[in-house]
Amino acid sequence: MAKELLRMDHITKIFPGVKALDNVNLSVEEGEIHALVGENGAGKSTLMNVLSGIYPYGTYEGDIVYNGEVCKFQTIKDSEQKGIVIIHQELALVPQMSIGENMFLGNERGKKNAINWNETYGEADKYLKMVGLTESSRVLIKDIGTGKQQLVEIAKALAKHAKLLILDEPTSSLNETDSRALLDLMLEFKKQGMTMIIISHKLNEVVYVADKITVIRDGSTVETMDCHAMEINEDRIIRGMVGRELTNRFPKREGVELGDINMEVKDWTVHHPLYTERKVVDNVNLNVRKGEVVGIYGLMGAGRTELAMSIFGKSYGSGISGTLKINGQEVDLKDAKAAIEAKLAYVTEDRKGNGLVLTNPIRVNTSLANMKGVSDKGIIDKDKEYQVADEYRAKLNTKTPSVEQNVGNLSGGNQQKVLLAKWMFTDPDILILDEPTRGIDVGAKYEIYCIINDLAKAGKSVVMISSELPEILGMSDRIYIMNEGKFVGELNAEEASQERIMANIVQAGRGE
Amino acid sequence: MNKNKAVSVLKKNAMLIVLVLVYIFFTVMTSGQMFQAMNFNALITQNAYVYILATGMLMCMLTGGNIDLSCGSFVCFLGAVGGIMMMIKQINPAVSVILMLLIGVVYGVVLGYLIAYVDIPPWIATLAGYLAFRGWGTALLSANSSTGSISLAAQKGFLAVFSGKIFSTPVNQTNVVCLVVGVLACVIVVVTSFSERANKIKKGYEAESLVALLVRCILSVAAIMLFAYKLAHAGGIPTVLVWVVVILLIYNFITARTVIGRYFYTIGGNREATRLSGVDTRKIMFFAYLNMAVITAITTLIVTARFQAANAQAGTNFEMDAIAACVVGGVSAYGGAGNIFGMVIGATLIGVINLGMSLMGVDANWQKVVKGGVLLAAVVFDILADKKSSK
Repeated sequence: MAKELLRMDHITKIFPGVKALDNVNLSVEEGEIHALVGENGAGKSTLMNVLSGIYPYGTYEGDIVYNGEVCKFQTIKDSEQKGIVIIHQELALVPQMSIGENMFLGNERGKKNAINWNETYGEADKYLKMVGLTESSRVLIKDIGTGKQQLVEIAKALAKHAKLLILDEPTSSLNETDSRALLDLMLEFKKQGMTMIIISHKLNEVVYVADKITVIRDGSTVETMDCHAMEINEDRIIRGMVGRELTNRFPKREGVELGDINMEVKDWTVHHPLYTERKVVDNVNLNVRKGEVVGIYGLMGAGRTELAMSIFGKSYGSGISGTLKINGQEVDLKDAKAAIEAKLAYVTEDRKGNGLVLTNPIRVNTSLANMKGVSDKGIIDKDKEYQVADEYRAKLNTKTPSVEQNVGNLSGGNQQKVLLAKWMFTDPDILILDEPTRGIDVGAKYEIYCIINDLAKAGKSVVMISSELPEILGMSDRIYIMNEGKFVGELNAEEASQERIMANIVQAGRGE
Repeated sequence: MNKNKAVSVLKKNAMLIVLVLVYIFFTVMTSGQMFQAMNFNALITQNAYVYILATGMLMCMLTGGNIDLSCGSFVCFLGAVGGIMMMIKQINPAVSVILMLLIGVVYGVVLGYLIAYVDIPPWIATLAGYLAFRGWGTALLSANSSTGSISLAAQKGFLAVFSGKIFSTPVNQTNVVCLVVGVLACVIVVVTSFSERANKIKKGYEAESLVALLVRCILSVAAIMLFAYKLAHAGGIPTVLVWVVVILLIYNFITARTVIGRYFYTIGGNREATRLSGVDTRKIMFFAYLNMAVITAITTLIVTARFQAANAQAGTNFEMDAIAACVVGGVSAYGGAGNIFGMVIGATLIGVINLGMSLMGVDANWQKVVKGGVLLAAVVFDILADKKSSK
């Protein structure tokens, strides 16, 4: 039996009005990878914030026992000194600075007030090698991809002499290849004796790396599973997370008659907005029928979002060529307004960046894309607007005290529902949903899938972009596979499988 | 009423309460001088330019904390042009006023185009105007007048429209028109408040409680009647008050009830999301600065009429006064939040502090120090209150 490195004993953390953590226990042994799973808002991040000293000793109840001694961290610095280093979900790197500068940010090498650049870059290179990066540490962060940036974050943690590494959703912005590489790196570290805690929504990854899995639900620990002592699969974890058997993660869509082709894209080519000679989308052909859900699967960076946004009123790219037919009519949509008028809707993957106005209430966000629907001659009918927002709240089961609540205060799943409501209110015929379930918990995902099915049943055409294979397979009537700007395959639901889709991508990669 | 509700009502009206307290403070410190009819009148005539200019500034700030640094210098320049037209070229004052407004439109189109379509950061584009118009205005004045100032005292009609009193009476008499207008305003406020509530209840929406409505009505009526009574003993309604009230009402309507007004807020909150919702965001930015220039032109008319002259110092620091009024009035420095009512409270608060300190005989330099402190305190309060409520 290995030595216990960390024990969090009866941790209770109360925010005004909410008990975020209720008597949570967590025990981590030296040299293991311990996964922390739970729905959004279950309290995983709060627990890690308690551990790393973001919530200082005294603001919570219970004890943190690390390496056999009770710790009373006041700041992050205190916990880092002990070797507890947390890597947050959002990358905290300065794009205009070099890798080396970022790695020792706040922890600079050299004398006080005088940075020793040779030591900085020399040490940075050493740690970069440990995480398998071949880049020089003098390269600027903005010039490397997100996958590599995530590795820099890890190298940065190593440079702090981490003994216990906490990774909060480390793969949320990575594609499958980079994710896999990262997970393998974690296993490699484990061999060298590092202890790690990983928080993740992606259960397949959890199953892949974890030695133990602790499930948190509603601020309490539900159970800890030992992956070596028992058979673990995703359904077993989900059962713990939601507290019920999810017999089917994807609701059935039955009795939907496919209608005529509603949207057809031919020979669609899009160039990068700045590097105009670079093709981001290359000669893509796509069609979708009424009542059909078409999936577009591709790794991140394959050009899926770019394809969608260029169709939606040329909102992305330059030198766009090809034809777009809606309902058999060729159209030229010059901006988002024209696209909305052509009954097209694009539900973005980036809720916070370009989907919602977080500082405004649900009511305002719901009506934003269709102000005509709640106004007369440019004057808003606030009562009607309230009514519309409230109807969608009830219809989509958005959990909020009222539609006057600012969207920024909602959880990811509820934000996604507000975003969907906004676009449903424009009464579109064709909806392009870009990663509709990213970063939201299992329960809310199911509800989103039900909404998608309802849309299809109502005769709408749905194009769903996703990088989660089970979701694509579970929801689509037909699947396009995209790789490096091109469509490299098209499969019907019956013939599609995880293996066939990946095979398609691998073949396309070799064909180059 | 439970405690939480009371706290939230207090927080919402914090600036209003501060305003009342500050007013009482100065009234006590000046042994009642502050409460004299003459000083009510001064509060309005001295600060009219702030209310008007801050309205335009509010619209700019809503779009994302954008400001216009050039408005003060533009007041100087446009005043010089107006003075030359009316006094030296002998152009009919009405025509001159229209020409001045047109020049405002032209400047607004240029500025709006540079900011919205050429993507020049607003503070840089307007910094250029800040430097250029002050110089240009001063140069025009010194070329046309030996004193560097053009007197407009002879333009009685112009002065009457943009300064002066409506149905003026001597100070020792009570101005009846003023009182009647005050009563009418009270009736309008009370009737619209109640009918709005009745309408909401009829349609089955959540409406404010009757007690809250009554309290609000009583306070509004008291404030309006106090002003009406005081102004009635200071010679009547100042013309600028009419201009100010009309502009404030129009923009209150635009920001609160119109679609285009809504877009100013959503652009400030998230420009990309607004653009992808089919809104022409560049057009809105263009309007913000076109509007600002027109508002500045109106301000110029009022300011030149008040001083009865066009001079090189006109408009100095006006842009800062407008920005300060907005910020103290709770307009977000990052955009997306703020309203006309708050801005009016902010502008009045600064005006009261100015007037009170002058009456107390506080040194002008120390007045600036106090104003700076108030500005900072208001922002700190705002941010702390925000942080608390979001926790």
